[in-house]
Amino acid sequence: MARMTMIEAIRDGLAVKLEDDPKIAIFGEDAGYFGGVFRCTSGLQEKFGKTRVFDTPINELGIIGVAIGMAAYGVRPVPEIQFADYILPAYDQLVSEAARLRYRSGGQFSCPITVRTPCGGGIFGGQTHSQSPEAIFAHVSGLKTVMPSTPYDAKGMLIAAIEDDDPVIFLEPKRLYNGPFDGHHDRPVTPWKNHEASETPDGRYKVPLGKAAIRREGDAVTVLAYGTMVHVAASAIEETGIDAELIDLRSLLPLDEKTIAESVRKTGRCVVVHEATRTCGYGAELVTTVQELCFYSLEAPIIRVTGYDTPYPHAQEWLYFPSPERVADALRKVMAP
Amino acid sequence: MSKDQHISTQLSIDVPEPPARPGSVPDFSHIPLSGAGEVGRPPVDVKPSEMRDLAYSLVRVLDDDGRACGEWTPNLSEEALRRGLRAMEKTRAFDKRMLMAQRQGKTSFYMQCTGEEAIACGQQLVLNKGDMSFPTYRQQGLLIAQDIPLTRLMNQIFNNAEDPLQGRQLPILYSEKDYGHFSLSGNVATQIIHAVGWAMASGMMGDDKIAAGWIGDGSTAESDFYAALLFASVYRAPVILNVVNNQWAISTFSGIAGSKSDATLASRGHGHGIASIRADGNDFLTVYAVSAWAAERARRNLGPTVIEWVTYRAAAHSTSDDPSQYRSVDEAAHWPLGDPIDRLKQHMIASEMWTDQAHKQMQAELDDEVRAAFKEAESHGTLHDSTRLHAKEMFEHVYADPPERLRRQRQECGY
Repeated sequence: MARMTMIEAIRDGLAVKLEDDPKIAIFGEDAGYFGGVFRCTSGLQEKFGKTRVFDTPINELGIIGVAIGMAAYGVRPVPEIQFADYILPAYDQLVSEAARLRYRSGGQFSCPITVRTPCGGGIFGGQTHSQSPEAIFAHVSGLKTVMPSTPYDAKGMLIAAIEDDDPVIFLEPKRLYNGPFDGHHDRPVTPWKNHEASETPDGRYKVPLGKAAIRREGDAVTVLAYGTMVHVAASAIEETGIDAELIDLRSLLPLDEKTIAESVRKTGRCVVVHEATRTCGYGAELVTTVQELCFYSLEAPIIRVTGYDTPYPHAQEWLYFPSPERVADALRKVMAP
Repeated sequence: MSKDQHISTQLSIDVPEPPARPGSVPDFSHIPLSGAGEVGRPPVDVKPSEMRDLAYSLVRVLDDDGRACGEWTPNLSEEALRRGLRAMEKTRAFDKRMLMAQRQGKTSFYMQCTGEEAIACGQQLVLNKGDMSFPTYRQQGLLIAQDIPLTRLMNQIFNNAEDPLQGRQLPILYSEKDYGHFSLSGNVATQIIHAVGWAMASGMMGDDKIAAGWIGDGSTAESDFYAALLFASVYRAPVILNVVNNQWAISTFSGIAGSKSDATLASRGHGHGIASIRADGNDFLTVYAVSAWAAERARRNLGPTVIEWVTYRAAAHSTSDDPSQYRSVDEAAHWPLGDPIDRLKQHMIASEMWTDQAHKQMQAELDDEVRAAFKEAESHGTLHDSTRLHAKEMFEHVYADPPERLRRQRQECGY
């Protein structure tokens, strides 16, 4: 057991799998010798050799395309796409090929690939290093889409994703790599070592995909969030003093509807928070799900707090980013009589 | 240069046109040909830079009189030639019967490979058990040359109760893992990069298996093709990258994909330092010889090969296509490289290993075989009759372990 950053936890998860399964291969832009621009694969090539951990050309279509071919052979590739914003050239391969292979081959072939990619903003990355594309993957049948919010989950979910027999889009909220960022950008950064969820067990353990975590129990309102927004929502809850129940979804598909429904039936109110743009965002699916499962328990309209429907701006980053204040406003509004 | 001195040219673009459209005389003079036996065979371990001319010339073994000429002449037994001829005729008989089945409404769709039979049937001979092909929809010959039960293919085409793909795929988008045949997508070009990834995995695991990727002339325009060349080159993948240039992508001639006499599709390999060969796809002996060269190169870990098979799509693109709208109806008769079955038959008769009578007898046997398979497949149902697959199968195989939501939707659907 050690306290780790999310980067260290991801690296540790990869190392555990490289160690126990000779059929794991890791590759991506700058992911080999250098160890990735965020250092998640640092040291792995040196330890496991360059046919198992290697650099690729800057060609996302090719990275995912060869991963699918390797999976058809029987290897379990863990390709890295350097920023989730860069994944679109590979979208056809993910949607038309990876997601469909088991179905269209009647189970003869499958595609157990785990696509790791950093997402989200808060790092002054502008339009092309900040986006949260989870909804365009959660919409695709045949894919699983997950996003951890702590080092403990990152390692356990990554191992679960790699061992999963279907393709998993593993979104890493890059603003959480080095600390549990709560949205207060004007305050000093808290390091992970001060947070209990940075306690990361040695060796192999799994956090099952499709199971949400209740980060704070409460009776007044249910807050549904994932990734960076879990920490933003936690700080808003603390600052408003509202007795909210905070659910970290962790997995968007499969979705833990049971945990959501039990909570909203108890609280009667719900706020959905995500960083991605609002229209057709994953929040739309969550609101519908809550409406379908909990309509007669609802005491107030459900509120979404999201990024605005604009491209991710550079200088206006903190206006765009759903702040603890915006979440707090939503909590007060949903609680208003 | 001052403004006054500037020579003004009115700019324009060029939109390539095929030499002939409906009503005009077919013309294939834009396609560079070499004489049979004219192109030499480099050693398998040649450096790609030392064989660049092979991407512009045309490897041909059989001449117009059916004689095998030159260094590429393969050492194939009489038995192997008879099997090859049989596989090509069987593929054609199968196509003919399935086209009719589509016209009779027993399936929604079909695609023939008329005129291109030699390519798949010839290449299959150089592949071993455990190798993997990533075909397009016009390589049914890969399966038929392995004597896959025809009923199995028809069951898929009819989407009937015995369909190995449980009704989920368009007709002919087979998946036959046990026959080294990857699941067909229906998108074009997406799968050639999978062949490269599969071959990389074989190399990464220290295996001895190779992969063969397939793509059509029109689809070489897709980025997937360049990604495949790039990764195959960078990681020296043990893979054969087949480009079937049958001149037409539905109604679009190969010039729109950028195929030119001085920029052939084979030459696309050059920028990546890949051994690249342009070869007569209508000559079974050439197909075998060039495929064997590329397969040996891959098996000896010498790297990938791009092969452009020059051929002609003699039939429509699919049952939904009417080629008389965009090309001369008698174009096939003008195709300079003839018909692959006629040419191998001519060679075998000229070499006194075959007769017209034997050929007729073989055709009759194959027709019987196809008819019997058809009858059996029909007994399991066709697309529009009541013995179709159970709807519950629509919900299977989306995931190894279906999410709760999918289970509920299945119940909602009544199953």
